[in-house]
Amino acid sequence: MTAATTGRDETLTWKLGGRSPDEIAINTTVDQRITRDWAWAGATGESVRVCVVDSGVQGDNPLVGPIQGSYALAGEDPGSEPTVVETEAEDAYGHGTACASIIRRIAPQCKLYSMRVLGKVGGGTGAALLAGLRWAVEQRFDVINLSLSTTRPQFDRELRALADQAYFQNTIMVASAHNTPVESFPWRYSSVISVGSHSQNDSDFVLANTRPPVEFFARGSAVPVAGLDGKPTRNTGNSFATPHITGRCALILGKHPGLTPFQLKTILYLTSDNVRGGA
Amino acid sequence: MTRDDSTALMAAAVAAALAGPGPELSAARRELLVSIVSVARAVFGAAAGSILLIDERTGELVFEATAGEGEEHLVGNRFPSDQGIAGWVAATGEAMIVDDLAASAVFARDVAERTRYVPDSIMAAPVTCAGVVLGVLEVLDPAPQSRSSLGDLDLLTLLAGQAGIALRGVARDAVVRPDPGGPEPDYERLVDLIRLYLGWDRPRQAAGFRLLETLGSVLSAAGQ
Repeated sequence: MTAATTGRDETLTWKLGGRSPDEIAINTTVDQRITRDWAWAGATGESVRVCVVDSGVQGDNPLVGPIQGSYALAGEDPGSEPTVVETEAEDAYGHGTACASIIRRIAPQCKLYSMRVLGKVGGGTGAALLAGLRWAVEQRFDVINLSLSTTRPQFDRELRALADQAYFQNTIMVASAHNTPVESFPWRYSSVISVGSHSQNDSDFVLANTRPPVEFFARGSAVPVAGLDGKPTRNTGNSFATPHITGRCALILGKHPGLTPFQLKTILYLTSDNVRGGA
Repeated sequence: MTRDDSTALMAAAVAAALAGPGPELSAARRELLVSIVSVARAVFGAAAGSILLIDERTGELVFEATAGEGEEHLVGNRFPSDQGIAGWVAATGEAMIVDDLAASAVFARDVAERTRYVPDSIMAAPVTCAGVVLGVLEVLDPAPQSRSSLGDLDLLTLLAGQAGIALRGVARDAVVRPDPGGPEPDYERLVDLIRLYLGWDRPRQAAGFRLLETLGSVLSAAGQ
């Protein structure tokens, strides 16, 4: 396919694809005091509030551990905004539970919350995503994991404003790039941290992308995750790369509370495995 | 769902209903879907493959084309679209692979009841047309090298895109997919009224429209 046939800029990259990490090596002269040891060594994500906006998170799953709060959308009128209610810690799809288990593995002592925007009630639309995300931003969580996006342009403006609101209140929004090179939101905004996949069999391996729109690549292939019966499965897709970055953000914020999204993104960049000379 | 979005969906639903029954899946189109499933099954060395389409009226996924294990009895089978891997893909339009399912007693029982086949691995990609998710292309138990391959997931997504093209103009219900959280709109009664209106002459239509506008104002005021 050419740019003419796809209608998009072919120089933009969504995922690492067949390239090796060495092909996107970045040499930097930035201060080398920002190291992985400085950034998160010894950290557990303790006291960092992380919200998984997804299909819900199963509450009694041993690979996820305790959930501090579970919320969902409710509302019968399709013409009005859904409301948010506290709900049972359930997940009919298993997707949110899988994402939560990755975050828990990386930041074992973070405080996990669930906002269900897909599933039983009021889910599956850009409006549900917007409503759930708005609630999460209003709750001022430290980190929001969003392994979802909407392709519907009518939500672009409101989602962008919401992402900006999160950015300026120091809520870190970590968002999955779409698996295929289509335009979707909100991962496309510079105010969020966007994540695509690499195929390395290493959950600690993170790459900074030299070509936008995706900013970071994390493990998205054969990722060990929690199944709905509490036993591990292995999942593949950008959805599962994103919680790796969410977990890392929780570690860094646990050790260095109060960082702004700008500062945190810089630390993620300088500690990426393909950035040489920084960390 | 925003008011504009909701209005657009209702308008599309009414337009579709007025147009009468949509074209059925023709034998040729169904043959093409089966061919795509068969190609997917062969490319990934899979035990089985299926295309499931969303039935908007019931909120279910329906097996429309299958190849391999279970192909004799699966077509026409239905299951809820608000659960499981295929449900996730249909709801989000995102492809994914789940492997090592054999250890999952919950999943195995659920799938076995539906398909009489218990896979260890599932690859699933959205079948889309003009940006609308119409269903899911699913491959069960692909060869080991495909079970964690992002490249193979891309390939499956391309094949699912072909299925979407094959369905162009067919699955119009997907365009008017209602909000699962909302009440079932009573489009049929609404359409009956519009048909009645269209059968009138121009003066009577104008008078009828004024009446409806007045009624709308009264109801709107009563709701505030």
